[in-house]
Amino acid sequence: MLDLNVYKSDTKPTWCPGCGDFAVLSSLMKATQTLQLEPWNMLIVSGIGCSSNFPHFLSAYGFHGIHGRSLPVASGAKLANPELTVIAAGGDGDGFGIGAGHFVHTMRRNLDLTYIVMDNQIYGLTTGQASPTSEMKMQTKSTPEGVIEEPINPIALALGAGATFVSRGFSGDVKGLTEIMIAAIQHKGFALVDVLSPCVTYNKINTYEWFRERVYRLDKEGHDPSDLSKAWARAIEWPAFNSARERIPTGIFYQLKGKPTYEELEPGLRAGPLSKRVAGIKPELAKELLAEFA
Amino acid sequence: MAKGFIFRIGAAAGDGASSTAENFARICVRSGLYTFTYTSYQSVIRGGHVWVQVRAEEDPVLSQGERPTLLIALNQQTVDIHASQLSEGGAIILDEGLQLDAAKLAREVRVLRMPLVKTATELGVQQLRNVVALAAAMALLDMGPGLLEEAIRETWGTRKPKALEGNLEAMRRGTDWVAANGGSLRLGIRFSGKRRLLMTGNNAIALGAVAAGCNFFSQYPMTPASSIMHWVAAHAGQVGVVMKQAEDELAAINMCIGASHAGARSMTATSGGGFSLMVEALGEAGMTETPVVVALVARCGPSTGLPTKTEQGDLNLVLGAGQGDWPRIILAPRNTVECFTQSARSFNLADVYQTPVILLSDLYLSEGYRTVDPDALDMNVPILRGFLAHGEPPVGGYKRFLLTESGVSPRATPGTKGFQFIAGTDEHTEDGELISDVRAGVPEFIEVRRKMHDKRMRKLRTAVKEMQGPEVWPEADAEYTILSWGSSQGPVREAVLRLRAEGASVNSMEFRDLFPMPVPLVEKALAKVRTSLLVEGNHTGQFGRLLRAETGFRPDFTYFKSDGEPFYPDEIAAKVKEVLVRA
Repeated sequence: MLDLNVYKSDTKPTWCPGCGDFAVLSSLMKATQTLQLEPWNMLIVSGIGCSSNFPHFLSAYGFHGIHGRSLPVASGAKLANPELTVIAAGGDGDGFGIGAGHFVHTMRRNLDLTYIVMDNQIYGLTTGQASPTSEMKMQTKSTPEGVIEEPINPIALALGAGATFVSRGFSGDVKGLTEIMIAAIQHKGFALVDVLSPCVTYNKINTYEWFRERVYRLDKEGHDPSDLSKAWARAIEWPAFNSARERIPTGIFYQLKGKPTYEELEPGLRAGPLSKRVAGIKPELAKELLAEFA
Repeated sequence: MAKGFIFRIGAAAGDGASSTAENFARICVRSGLYTFTYTSYQSVIRGGHVWVQVRAEEDPVLSQGERPTLLIALNQQTVDIHASQLSEGGAIILDEGLQLDAAKLAREVRVLRMPLVKTATELGVQQLRNVVALAAAMALLDMGPGLLEEAIRETWGTRKPKALEGNLEAMRRGTDWVAANGGSLRLGIRFSGKRRLLMTGNNAIALGAVAAGCNFFSQYPMTPASSIMHWVAAHAGQVGVVMKQAEDELAAINMCIGASHAGARSMTATSGGGFSLMVEALGEAGMTETPVVVALVARCGPSTGLPTKTEQGDLNLVLGAGQGDWPRIILAPRNTVECFTQSARSFNLADVYQTPVILLSDLYLSEGYRTVDPDALDMNVPILRGFLAHGEPPVGGYKRFLLTESGVSPRATPGTKGFQFIAGTDEHTEDGELISDVRAGVPEFIEVRRKMHDKRMRKLRTAVKEMQGPEVWPEADAEYTILSWGSSQGPVREAVLRLRAEGASVNSMEFRDLFPMPVPLVEKALAKVRTSLLVEGNHTGQFGRLLRAETGFRPDFTYFKSDGEPFYPDEIAAKVKEVLVRA
C-alpha cells in the first residue's frame, strides 16, 4: 500500500496563495494514491506557465518542456513506453493558445493520456494578458478596452476532435475533481480534464465566488456521459455566445469506452515497449533490408 | 580508362521519366556498372519539365557528369532543351512526331526517330512508349534485353499477366527496331555482372538509423526529406519502429524528445523550413540533455525557395539554431555510404553526449540514386547508450544532472524505481530542481547556473575528441587545394582527377564532422595548404566563415554557387584553372 507521502515532492509549489492549482495538485495526488500508481511508473509532462511548474511539486518522473508542446512530448513518451502512466498538465494559454494544434491532433489519435488543463482564463506568469479562454469584454493588460473575440470552448473543441473522455472540474470542489481525475486516469484513451482553476492575482472576474454561483454537477442532474448528443448540449452551455443564462456544468460530459487506443493499433509496438528494446537489427533482417536495394 | 556513358531522359512531369530512369539505373547496377543519378524536377505533380541523368561506368562514379551520350526525349521541350547538349558520337531517341533541328547537334550524333507513340497506341497503353524507348537505349548500349525483362517480370509478375505481356512486347519492339536500324553504338563497355546496391542518400540515412537501433521516428512531410519517412513507414512493422507522421515539425521533434526521454532511440528529418520550426525544441533537448537525431536535408532557400533544387545553405541555421548556448554535434555526410555511417554514428553520439546531433545533407546527396558496395554498409552497428543510471539509487538521492568532468551525467529512464527526476527547460540544480523562480540571482544559485551551464557546454570539449578532421585526397601534398564540405565531395574529386590528368598539382580537402570542430586536426591539415579554393553551395561561404572563426584560416579563392543546381566537375575544374592563372 503506497502512502500519500510517496507522491509528495520536497519542492514547495511556487504558486500564489489561494491559486486554484493547489487543489489540482492535491486532487491528482489523491487520485494516484487511490489508484496505487507507482510514482516511478508515472511521467508528468508540462509546458510553460504557472501551472506548468506542476511536475516539480509531486514525486514522479517529469518533463518540464517548452511552451505549448506538452502533448507531443507526452505522446512520444507514451509511444516509447505504453506501460507508463503519462499525464500532461498545463494552462489554457499553453494548451489552447500556442499548443492548440497539438491539442486537436492528440485528441483525434486517442493515445492513452490524461491531459489536465488548469484553466484560469488569463496569462498569469507573463503578468496578466488575455488568454484563449478569456471571456468577451474582459479587460487585461493586452486588452485595455476589453476582449473582442469569443473564447475557445475546450469541451466542445474536445468533443469535435474526437476525444474519448471529456470532463470539467473546479478547484473549489476537490472531492468532485478527485473523482474526475480517477476516472480520467482509468479511462483507456485520451482524457481531457479542463479545470476551472481561478487566478487570484490577475483574474478578478472569474473568481471562486463567481464560479460557485454558476457551477453545477452533471451527475446530479442525471447526465448520461455515454450520450454524445447530450454531451454536446451540455458543452455549449458555457461559454456561450449568448451568455444570459450562465450555468457551468462540471463532471464528465462524455466517455466513449472500448475504442482502441493509438498505441494498441501501432504496428511498431507489436514487439513491446521501445524503451526495452534498443538494439541493432538481426543479421537475417539486415540481409532482407539490403536485398531490396539490389 | 574506364568506359561508360551518360543517359538522360526528359519528359513532362507525370510521364514516368523518373521511374523509367530509376528502373534503368537499377538495370545498370545489375549489369555490373557503377551509377550516379541526378533528377531535375519541379514542384508540380503533372506538367512541367522533368529530366533525369543516369551516369554509368565500369569504375566507381563520382558525379552526375555533364553532357549526355544518350538522350530519350519524350516531348518537344526535351528535344529543344537537351538535344544540343549531346556529346559527339552519342544518340537521341525521340518520337517520329517531334521536331529536331539537326544543325544543333554535335558531330556524329545518331538520330533515332522511333514510332514510340504509335507502338504504345497499338499496344493500348500510352506509358509503354517509355519501355519501347528504354529497350532501344539498352540495345544501343549493348546491354541486351535480359535485365529489362527481369525488371518487368518483377514489377508485373504473375499479378497482371496482360500488363506483363504488353511490357514484354514493347521491350521486343524497341530492341528489334534498333537491330533493324543501325544496331548498337559500339561503346565497348564491359558488363561485369557483379551486382551491387542502388540507393539514395535518404535510403542510406534511414537504413543507418534502423541499423543503429532507432525505434522511434517522427516527421512532417517536406521535400527533399520525405523519402526518409517513406522508407521508415514502409518498414515500421517489420523492423519494430514506431513511425509517427506528426501534425507539424514542432510536434515531430517534441515527440522524438518525449520518446527519447522515455528510453527510445529517436529521430526526425526535415528540410530547412521544418528545421526552423524545430529550433526551440532543439534547445529544449540541449537543456534537458535528451538525445535526439535530426536529419536536415537542405534545399534551395531562402523561405520556400526552390523546393526541388539543391543548396548547402543551411549550415548557419544549424550552427546558430536556438537561443543561448547548448552543445550540438553537426555531421555532414559526403556521399551515400557516409549517409549510412554518419546516420548510424549520430545515434551513438546523441546517447553518449545526451544532446542533439544534426545530420546535414542536401537534396543532391539525399535524392540521387547511387551505387553502393554492400560491403561498405556494416549493418552490425555497435549500440552505445552512454552513461546510464542503474542499480540502487545513490545515498543522498539520484542527481540526473550531476556535475562531471566530461559534462555527461547518469541518465535514468521513467519506469526505473527510485530515480524519479524532472527534466526541466528552466535552469536547474544537479537534481533537476528549477532555479528560475525564487532562486535566480541569489548568490548561491548564480554559482549553480554557472556550473550547470559549464557542465553542459563541457560536453563539446569531450565530444571534440572523437570528431574527425578533414580528409585530404588523393595525396597530402599539392600545390593547389580545393576545400569543400559534405555533398560536394564527388564533383570536387572528379575535377581534381581531371586536373591532375592534365598535369596540375591539385588535391581535395573535405570536411565531414563540422561541429564541434577538431581544431588541432584542422590546423594541421591547413598548415600544408599552399594555394586554396573554397567550394561551397551557398551564397556567403557559410563554412568558410566557420573555418575562419575556428582557425583564422582564409581561403585564397572562393567559388560559391547557389542557383539550385548541383556542382559539375567541369565548372569546378574551370574555376581552378581560372584562379591558378591569378595565383
